[in-house]
Amino acid sequence: MPHPYIPNSAPEVRREMLDAIGVDSVEDLYRPIPSELRFQGRLPLEEGIPEEGRLRRHVEGILRRNTATTDVLSFLGAGCYQHEVPAVCDEINRRGEFVTSYAGDVYGDHGRLQALWEFQDVFAELIEMDVVTTPNYDWSTAAAMCLRSSVMLTGRKRVLVPAALLLDRRLVFQDYLAHDVQVDEIPFDEATGLLDLAALRSAIGDDVAAVYVEYPNALGVIEHQAAEAVEIAHEHGAMAVVGADPSGLGVLASPGSLGADFAVGDLQPLGMHMSYGGGLSGYIGCRNDPEVIESLPVFIFAKTDTLAPGQHGFGYLNFDRTHYVKRGEGSQNGGTTTALWAITAAAYLGLHGPEGMRELGEGLLQRTRYAADRIGALPGVTAPRFTGASLKEFVVTYDAHDVATVDAALRERGIFGGKDLSVDFPSLGRSSLWAVTEVHTKDDIDRLVATLGEVLA
Amino acid sequence: MIGLVVNPVAGLGGAVGLKGTDGMVDEALARGAVPRAGERAVLAVRALPPEVPLATAGGAMGADAVRAAGREPALVVDGGDGATTADDTRRAVAALAEAGCELILFAGGDGTARDVCAAIGDRVPALGVPAGVKIQSAAFAESPRRAGELAGAWLTGRRRERAAEVVDLDEDAVPAGRVGPRLYGTLRVPLGPGLVASAKSPSNDEDPAAVNGIAARMAERIGDGTAILGPGTTVAAVGREMGLDTTLVGVDLVRGGALVLRDAAERDLLEALDGDGATTVVTPIGGQGFVLGRGNQQISPAVLRAAGIGRLTVVATPAKLAVLGARPLIVDTGDEATDAELRGWHRLVTGYDEETIYRVE
Amino acid sequence: MSPQFQQARWSEPLLSELGTPGERGYVPTAPEAEIAAHAPDPLAAIPPAFRRSTPPRLPQVAQPQLLRHFYRLSQETLGNDVAVDFGLGTCTMKYSPKVNEHLVRMPEVQDLHPAQHEDTVQGILEVLWRLEQMLCAISGLDRFTLQPPSGSAAVYTNASIVRAYHASRGEGEQRDEIISSVFSHPCDQSGPWSAGFKVVELYPGPNGYPELDALKAALSNRTAGIVITNPEDTGIYNPHIAEFTRLVHEAGGLCVYDQANANGILGIARAREAGFDLCHFNMHKTFSSPHNGMGPAMGASGVKEELARFLPAPVVEKRGDRFELDWNRPESIGKIRSFVGNAQIAVRSYAWILALGPDGIREVAETAVLNANYLATRLREVPGMSQPFPTSNTPIEQFRWSLEALREETGVGSADISRNLADYGFQPVFGSHHPFIVPEPLTPEASESFSKEDIDAWADAMIDIAKRAQADADDVLEGPYRNACRRIDAAALDDPERWVPTSRVERAKGAVTGD
Repeated sequence: MPHPYIPNSAPEVRREMLDAIGVDSVEDLYRPIPSELRFQGRLPLEEGIPEEGRLRRHVEGILRRNTATTDVLSFLGAGCYQHEVPAVCDEINRRGEFVTSYAGDVYGDHGRLQALWEFQDVFAELIEMDVVTTPNYDWSTAAAMCLRSSVMLTGRKRVLVPAALLLDRRLVFQDYLAHDVQVDEIPFDEATGLLDLAALRSAIGDDVAAVYVEYPNALGVIEHQAAEAVEIAHEHGAMAVVGADPSGLGVLASPGSLGADFAVGDLQPLGMHMSYGGGLSGYIGCRNDPEVIESLPVFIFAKTDTLAPGQHGFGYLNFDRTHYVKRGEGSQNGGTTTALWAITAAAYLGLHGPEGMRELGEGLLQRTRYAADRIGALPGVTAPRFTGASLKEFVVTYDAHDVATVDAALRERGIFGGKDLSVDFPSLGRSSLWAVTEVHTKDDIDRLVATLGEVLA
Repeated sequence: MIGLVVNPVAGLGGAVGLKGTDGMVDEALARGAVPRAGERAVLAVRALPPEVPLATAGGAMGADAVRAAGREPALVVDGGDGATTADDTRRAVAALAEAGCELILFAGGDGTARDVCAAIGDRVPALGVPAGVKIQSAAFAESPRRAGELAGAWLTGRRRERAAEVVDLDEDAVPAGRVGPRLYGTLRVPLGPGLVASAKSPSNDEDPAAVNGIAARMAERIGDGTAILGPGTTVAAVGREMGLDTTLVGVDLVRGGALVLRDAAERDLLEALDGDGATTVVTPIGGQGFVLGRGNQQISPAVLRAAGIGRLTVVATPAKLAVLGARPLIVDTGDEATDAELRGWHRLVTGYDEETIYRVE
Repeated sequence: MSPQFQQARWSEPLLSELGTPGERGYVPTAPEAEIAAHAPDPLAAIPPAFRRSTPPRLPQVAQPQLLRHFYRLSQETLGNDVAVDFGLGTCTMKYSPKVNEHLVRMPEVQDLHPAQHEDTVQGILEVLWRLEQMLCAISGLDRFTLQPPSGSAAVYTNASIVRAYHASRGEGEQRDEIISSVFSHPCDQSGPWSAGFKVVELYPGPNGYPELDALKAALSNRTAGIVITNPEDTGIYNPHIAEFTRLVHEAGGLCVYDQANANGILGIARAREAGFDLCHFNMHKTFSSPHNGMGPAMGASGVKEELARFLPAPVVEKRGDRFELDWNRPESIGKIRSFVGNAQIAVRSYAWILALGPDGIREVAETAVLNANYLATRLREVPGMSQPFPTSNTPIEQFRWSLEALREETGVGSADISRNLADYGFQPVFGSHHPFIVPEPLTPEASESFSKEDIDAWADAMIDIAKRAQADADDVLEGPYRNACRRIDAAALDDPERWVPTSRVERAKGAVTGD
């Protein structure tokens, strides 16, 4: 039976094609592969399911064993967030023309290239950096890439990063940098959760390639000393890599305004479903400096003219700098990153405009204040644990209760509590990181507080 | 009928440290150069099918070589007044074309190719027998024998041709820091896979990052030691990286971080080398993949032996290697024993942290 | 044949030019009055210097106009759903079944948080685990990680594992060279380089693949391993590959197989039999996940059992009927990206393999090779087309041929021909990765998703364009004409004085030049 995904199954067509080629069978075409390398027999795979209905029931059956966050009340964050996803974003990123395109060029994919350029264009306004690249895989890999660029540009082999760093981020840095770069962590202030600037000043030297800061940090605290950290870096000839959650940038100072050399963060809050982490997308902004751009392997598109007067065309900006041309030497590893999410983020920012982004940011600040204060009012609970301001996350510490036990009890009651920090930050004791966004209503927060109160009682 | 023209003074300057022979014949002869173009033409004629009639110019401009190859020319045109100027070549080629030659074989270098081009343009197909100092033009076969084979195959085959750029060193560009081949026109050359090398990329290199990486790596390797630096942009970058005022088109010798010989002839190099030998750094010149024997004849077999044959280091940017289309690099020092020792797999320096295993033939 | 196709050409304004100040396309849910009352000044806790001073210069546009804009841009994009896109050789453009798009839009996929408790994500963990088993079967290797978010990230992952392996044996300093071949994908060099290795490249010999003697010349006690594709970018299969891996092993190195595109040899030849220790597959190429316009994607890295301890954390383990994430991996290389990777890609690839089964998978490979060779046969009719290396080579997957003769004849090169395919409704054809060893290259790849009619139509278009070039070179040099945009001024893309990556840069240039 011909498989629905495969044309050219009819024997007559096959014969016609084989005759044109001048061979008897497909087997003849495999002549270059020596027989001892040929796999003998059938692959040990389950039998195929060509019927779509049966396949769908089977796969859906497995997936229905998951509990979606939309079916419960979830306060998980820590790098991936349940935000509102405008229906228009979903519509645009399911267009088959975009979804099934790839590396098509200027003349086949004019629309895709324009959409990606528009992402660069509007996102540059949000972060106030002159150049925005097509995004990398996620925030962590975007930050790691910019730190590596700093090493290449300065010729120095040491970087300073905050100790208040997500474990994922720390592990990405470990793999991407630590084999030949010394990654030193700058402690945070126990009370505020902010970077210990005095420690930064004593750690920095003329051997430092870059200082990395981010807001909010892994403790949910808005690092409002970022400008000072940037200045300290620049005083020592180091570059400043500044991470920022874009959902706060309608109200918070932008990385560009803080003097960042590189801006990084995740686009996921801007219209992407979480998809178990598959919605992440790491943006990168930098100065319009050819040397800096040269050090980055991710694609950048540029707007140009065409033979038709008044028409815009788009193409790859300095393609020769990418690993596709340079291969090994001097090029970081680029690749297929997250273009579809860049197009989605462009649509999200277009939908929201300056007002929408301001309202989003203000709403996050207000809800977080409310939720942290309500939870903090419960007996046996400290929340927020740190006095530094929160955007959408804050640390909750229990006096006596084990986080995993509380989480299990909440789960039974249809609530996913904050992320347990006992592995990431053992020094914080019984702590967890809670995220509140515009998907949470007052009723949701009140229900959480009531339920948590019951569980802790 | 095939026409043959020999530029008898082609190649004279190379072994004695001159960049070419144009206008330098007396100087080259005074330095002890021995004419070779005639010998090369003989090799080409021997590879031609015996039944093909040959027309040529008189004396050293062709007839001598045809006879030395055991053939009798069917026609001899005017070989000029014996001064062997560029005008002589042009006049002879025009006469051969006029006489009905279907293909002009010419033995010489880029300067000769320029003259052939000036005489016939792309009206009559032509093919170069490599005999000059500078060969960057794509109008040449890889060797005299190949030239004969290709000419024969073209004559008896489908007679496909392609346009081949005729390039010659643009002396005016040297002060600007670029070994800049200049386009002087095109010749129609017989098309045969692997026979005529393409010269897609001029000898100067357009990939500064790779050039700098190679230069930094080589400067580290040479350190305080002795090195012979051949011609070419990439090798010149090594000298620059070492802070030395080395030449772009000549051969230099550095030792102890200092420039000891600048634009040296073979004799100078031999005198300067001591028992410690030297690292010899060369790069392919032009698009044909020659690393020895073209444009750097000062690095003679004797020099290579004094330096240590095993210490030859070939450097090249990946873009420049690509021009070779995966064909091997070529050594043609004039001494078969030396060439034989140099053949095989070389570890090319193609970046700071990048090497390429490449065959030299 | 003259092109009858006409692509949508909307001449859309830029996103930043849409709308009118005061318009908006979305209202995020506002906090309730009680919440607002609790924090009347939302920015109270933010030091004034850290508040945004000027609103971002974003578009102000209503929803209908914004939606229309992006729909129109999508219509100016020749995705594989609407166009025959097999010009993109090495990319394995193939049909991405629609049912899989429906599966990944289930709330039980798209609305999962990656830090949910394992009890609540047993379904997705099972899919990840099952996909891993399938890839083990297809490769013959023992463990896979699905964390790398692209093929080049997978190569980088494997290079990191090679580094960790030698370090664990006390040879990390000494073994600092990775061997690759120039017809392998560029990430086979940039990945190891990014992981701290020096790169030693092999060039093809007369048959189009690297020679054993070249490999022998490359091997030493500094060799950490080899990272290589087979068939290479040229579609030429190196029949001595088992000898290559044996020699590398003898020298103390590991062998990494770049199988980003394994489409032609699924069920035909495996990494294990060829002697490889590591490999990777691109789920967005061979395994049908759509390419998403350049990601998100997935590169799955596989290893032999003895290297499993170095895989990035976490890995999915099955204990009884339960699936767990194992984070306890003290020798792990770290992480390649956050969380477990692009899980939605795994769902698509799992469903695709399952739909095909062992026989269907093999039919994919055989049809892809049949299509490639039929296309090659048809392309011999293109004036000025030639096959580099021995013409007895039969392509497996894509193949790289040359239009050098056409270029010599007409001045019209492969990039010009490629561009004009857009006038026929086809995605332009990929030339070559760098360096361009094959002059005037073209690298098409007709995967199993394309019918004989598709291939014939494409070949006919190529022949037509080449003939047009012979008749009137300028006609082709100035094309295309019937797509969404005319030939661009490409010089402005590479010149820092002229390039325009954003309006901010354009404004800055205007300020300098007084425009």
